[in-house]
Amino acid sequence: MSLDKPYKHIPGTTVFDAEMGRLGYHLNQFCMSLMKAENRERFKANERAYLDEWEMTEEQKQAVIDRDYNRMMATGGNIYFLAKIFSSDGISFQDAASTMTGMTQPEYAQMMLNGGRKPDASNTFSGDKNG
Amino acid sequence: MAKITAGVATSHVPAIGAAIDNGKTQDPYWQPLFAGYEFGKEWIKQQKPDVVILVYNDHASAFDMNIIPTFALGCAPSFAPADEGWGPRPVPPVVGYPELASHIAQSVIQQDFDLTIINKMDVDHGLTVPLSLMFGQPDAWPCKIIPVAVNVVLYPAPSGKRCYALGKAIRKAVESFDDDLNVQIWGTGGMSHQLQGPRAGLINEEFDNDFLDRLVDDADNLAEMPHFDYLNLAGSEGVELVMWLIMRGALNDKVKLKKRFYHVPASNTAVGHLILENE
Repeated sequence: MSLDKPYKHIPGTTVFDAEMGRLGYHLNQFCMSLMKAENRERFKANERAYLDEWEMTEEQKQAVIDRDYNRMMATGGNIYFLAKIFSSDGISFQDAASTMTGMTQPEYAQMMLNGGRKPDASNTFSGDKNG
Repeated sequence: MAKITAGVATSHVPAIGAAIDNGKTQDPYWQPLFAGYEFGKEWIKQQKPDVVILVYNDHASAFDMNIIPTFALGCAPSFAPADEGWGPRPVPPVVGYPELASHIAQSVIQQDFDLTIINKMDVDHGLTVPLSLMFGQPDAWPCKIIPVAVNVVLYPAPSGKRCYALGKAIRKAVESFDDDLNVQIWGTGGMSHQLQGPRAGLINEEFDNDFLDRLVDDADNLAEMPHFDYLNLAGSEGVELVMWLIMRGALNDKVKLKKRFYHVPASNTAVGHLILENE
């Protein structure tokens, strides 16, 4: 019998569960390495060469190079780990979040000032979560 | 004996720490948020806790993917502010309370909670932002701090029910410590927020206000809320709110509400704050 994962029904959301944690282990540990200044410098000097030191999949490496955060999460990245990448780039959490939504940074910032993304039928799950 | 006298709940958004550290608290964006903490800063000067048990989560600072403890109790004499990639926050070191922490560890483990004991750990914004919000910018924090780090990063976090029960076990542990101590417990994180994916930016004011109300006087039932409801309604990072239930579980069934504050936004996040006193 498989585990029940009703959270997979939640729109626009990747829950970082044990399975994703397994897929993303090397990607996330790469991100942790960027907490050291010397590693940040080596990464910035040659991203591809630095990434090749890690046992990451080609898809994960390309997602990092493209700064495609949705793809990084789909392949096991967790946002608190991925934050080390955009912090190294000098980008704020809000600006990084906006890149995942299809909105421009000013549009996203304005949405937050207006009270954030309101929950509705399109972005929450209201069906039978066990179905 | 040691006694838990009050609980504090607050969000711990890193941008709040940056606003304090960079002198921006009176900027138009931040002023309404910091106004909501003025009462708490005065209140805590009167309360003078000897020690705060501070429930928070690490954000890939002290713990990477190698070791992920569900409940970790900080037993060290001191904890350094973590370098989260842009240098440590300019805040004082956190002074621990090894005697009380190890007493809590022994008591709580014997009450069937399998805690992880931590004797060396840096503490990130999850712990230091609440200290800054309540104590401002002193040269040294005015009390000892016992960190309780909860895993809410790798799903599943502990359930609300389990957190609430842990709070009760911590209370029992504190009350069996012989020294006369004024102990507070703080629960941090939340409120609704989602930092990732196409749904990033989700804020659910109705959920948050209901949570604030029920934490005060309907906590037994609130603790039964399943993870799914937090994730679905309060955002993938909103599940941090289970940590508030540890705080609430450590207080009396009936508490006096001294402060309730809610504000949107701080960066991507809804900010909530409660001060509860045991009657």
